[in-house]
Amino acid sequence: MAEPNTQEPAADAGDERVREMSRFRKALIRPELGAICGVILVFVFFLGIARDSGMFSAEGITNWGIVSAQFAIIAVGACLLMIAGEFDLSVGSMIGFSGIVIALLSVTWGLPIWLAILVAFVVSVGIGALNGYLVIRTGLPSFIVTLAFLYILRGLTIFIAIATTRKTIIGGVRDVAEGDPIAWLFGGKILKGLFQWLADIGLVGKFVAGTRAGQPVVEGLPMLIVWAVILIIFGHYLLTSTQFGNWIFAAGGDAQAARYVGVPVNRVKILMFMFTAFCATVFATCQVLEFGSAAADRGLLKEFEAIISVVIGGALLTGGYGSVIGAALGALIFGVVQQGLFFANVESSLFRVFLGVILLMAVILNTYIRRMITGER
Amino acid sequence: MSTPIVNMLNIEKHFGPVIALAGVSFDVHAGECHCLLGDNGAGKSTFIKTMAGVHKPTKGEIHFEGKTMDFNSPRDAMEAGIATVYQDLAMIPLMSVTRNFWMGREPVRRVGPLKFFDFEKANTVTMEEMRKMGINLREPDQAVGTLSGGERQTVAISRAVYFGAKVLILDEPTSALGVRQTSNVLATVDKVRKSGIGVVFITHNVRHAMAVGDRFTVLNRGKTLGTAKRGEITPEELQELMAGGQELATLEGSLGGTV
Repeated sequence: MAEPNTQEPAADAGDERVREMSRFRKALIRPELGAICGVILVFVFFLGIARDSGMFSAEGITNWGIVSAQFAIIAVGACLLMIAGEFDLSVGSMIGFSGIVIALLSVTWGLPIWLAILVAFVVSVGIGALNGYLVIRTGLPSFIVTLAFLYILRGLTIFIAIATTRKTIIGGVRDVAEGDPIAWLFGGKILKGLFQWLADIGLVGKFVAGTRAGQPVVEGLPMLIVWAVILIIFGHYLLTSTQFGNWIFAAGGDAQAARYVGVPVNRVKILMFMFTAFCATVFATCQVLEFGSAAADRGLLKEFEAIISVVIGGALLTGGYGSVIGAALGALIFGVVQQGLFFANVESSLFRVFLGVILLMAVILNTYIRRMITGER
Repeated sequence: MSTPIVNMLNIEKHFGPVIALAGVSFDVHAGECHCLLGDNGAGKSTFIKTMAGVHKPTKGEIHFEGKTMDFNSPRDAMEAGIATVYQDLAMIPLMSVTRNFWMGREPVRRVGPLKFFDFEKANTVTMEEMRKMGINLREPDQAVGTLSGGERQTVAISRAVYFGAKVLILDEPTSALGVRQTSNVLATVDKVRKSGIGVVFITHNVRHAMAVGDRFTVLNRGKTLGTAKRGEITPEELQELMAGGQELATLEGSLGGTV
């Protein structure tokens, strides 16, 4: 008969089979490593082939900065949702839908644009909640439920646009946004004084001719980039430093185990669907105000681009593991490559080849690192 | 004898036409380890899930510290002081030990209007509690996936103890473990029992049960075959009892007046 082992297990002796890790190695082994390497690679590549193209002038940086910020806005939402164990494939359709709602209400129906923006946010976050509710109640994979909404929302958007205006593009948003109390939050630029000063000391170029001669080529920091930075910081802190962040990890890591210890898994998941929809609407609002128009086909394939950014950033497709900072770096890679090939005067179809290669390399590296961190076999 | 912490009387549980439990009685006192033995399909899991608030019994009564209880969810049972450590659902391997330890009960630190996860407190307590159970963590933000199976069970057990469990239900904590890890987990069970917590230990391994059990109850086809105290039954008898079937009639006698 086996007696209980009453001896204290040797508590102080370390396991001789575990090698001590150097501090450098430890600092290196983090979920974002794949994305960090990707960023370095991409910048070295473009500094090499496109340095003289203006890609790294103030104007060029703003150019790819805006594109990266767009990716980052939707990637933050997709990242938190993926860590919570779900997907949202309706992000792209949601972008088109929100844009049309804003333009339709403000331009066609004459509502003040702040009200139109507010309605767009309420409706799309409501659809996000519906997505989440359906996933929770039916127990179906979110992949299927949100794929249905990808089609439903896109079809509805085109139908509404054509039924009311006989067009799929609604313009004239810029005129109605003039002087609006909140439109500048999405379409405006800040720190104009700083950029004027930077131009005065010669760090930012100035227009030399035309009606804007003497003004800096980059007028200010676009609110789109401000939104991206705010959402990244918010998402990062929410995930890593709050109680709710722990619930996000738990909901995606093992929903049943989390439920057993009292984590409100359903609430967490539905809230993340709503947050993803919120991010999509931020994207749509900024885009509508920037272009001055909304089009029913906007946001096509954005859901995949968001998911790719998140995966490059080190998140696990099956949930429970990932990093918002990583997702943001993934978005940066995406933006720099897309715009960089244009600066470098390379065939734009190569964008996809390059992206595919980076995706593959980052994911292989990420898988390797994740195994080291989590002890998966 | 004192009042048991948990007393389950004539518990029946039907799933449609299937009678999973046909009148099971079971109790556990403070500071004892009561082993629940049975072969696969005997109804062990259904029974402990009833105790843990996952299932509501079709018939029967649950008394907790002398009062009749009606658990509607695992949360209710947990708040009363019944903690369950499930074999494979104890921990989330991708998350750190600290994040797992505090999951659902995260300590919060206020900075102005904002509330943050108090990692400083969480890490200190986790390290301290793990040390008490004889596990020295390399660091509290180590992922649970890097721990051995035995260590994972120990984290789950020390979590339950730290959060004030009066009854600890262990669902086959040793079934997937090696020899050394098993003895570590059994040592932990022993510590927990000595601290005055009632332990319900589910297993189909007689040797593991004999190592730490004070009383043994055998379940077969949804019914209790009897309860024996330590020293009143040999491992061989327990083994045969679990096997059930034809020998049942002859074995009934060997349990004597202990039923």
